[in-house]
Amino acid sequence: MIIPLAHILIFSLLLFATGLYGVLVRRNIIGILISIELMLNAANINLIAFSKSTSLSPETGQIFAIFVLAIAATTAAVGLAIVLALYRVRKTVYTDEVHLLKW
Amino acid sequence: MDMLSLIIKFGIYGTMALALIAAIAVVTLRNLFHSALCLAAVLIATAMIYAAFHADFLAAAQILLYVGAVMTLIIFAIMLTEQLGSKTIRQTNRQNLAALAGLLVFVVILGRVIFKTPWPVTEKALASKVTVMELGKAFMGPYVFPFEVISIILIAALLGAVVIAKKDR
Repeated sequence: MIIPLAHILIFSLLLFATGLYGVLVRRNIIGILISIELMLNAANINLIAFSKSTSLSPETGQIFAIFVLAIAATTAAVGLAIVLALYRVRKTVYTDEVHLLKW
Repeated sequence: MDMLSLIIKFGIYGTMALALIAAIAVVTLRNLFHSALCLAAVLIATAMIYAAFHADFLAAAQILLYVGAVMTLIIFAIMLTEQLGSKTIRQTNRQNLAALAGLLVFVVILGRVIFKTPWPVTEKALASKVTVMELGKAFMGPYVFPFEVISIILIAALLGAVVIAKKDR
């Protein structure tokens, strides 16, 4: 291992926390989707680091990372399609202005 | 040899610092287009970290799929939904202090857990170098059922994105 595993884990923890901050704080829905991509990347870094250091069968971590990549691509496609449909109907992309179901 | 590993070490730490700075720029910049460009920087830095951990195929897939496809999609969506005078609109809600406090607790607790856990490092994993061939064999062997499921998910997401984004008449 080139650098200690704990440093990688701390790095991905900080990346995940940054993404979570963006999800909690942003008003723009596209900004929230971008922050979700950050969080998925942090999880992927963890999977790769574990597959290189502690795993019993080394390819398992990479396989799961590829699955995460595919799911992230579908998330982006469907999520942005929903954002475009919402923009066409309601003329807004801000989360707190979409309150049709809020009593 | 020793010099080379030292350079690699500092390269990895520098890449990590770059990724963190770009990530903070992603969540704090007011202009969404700029934050999308910073996201591209984070993704490229992540691909470099993958390459440092001998995950060559994943680094290539990350560049192709994320930086190529997902970033294009995000930038298209930003440009399609851009409003006039968006400079004056508030980009964050009023909970950023509460979110920061909660995340600080989260990071401190998980950081302590990470430093206290003795992570086992196996020699087999350290010596391994996963090739694309092994990945393909694993996909067609033990992981063939999740592989099929994810192809169905991709088809469903493709059709769903077209149906949702289509103009209804």
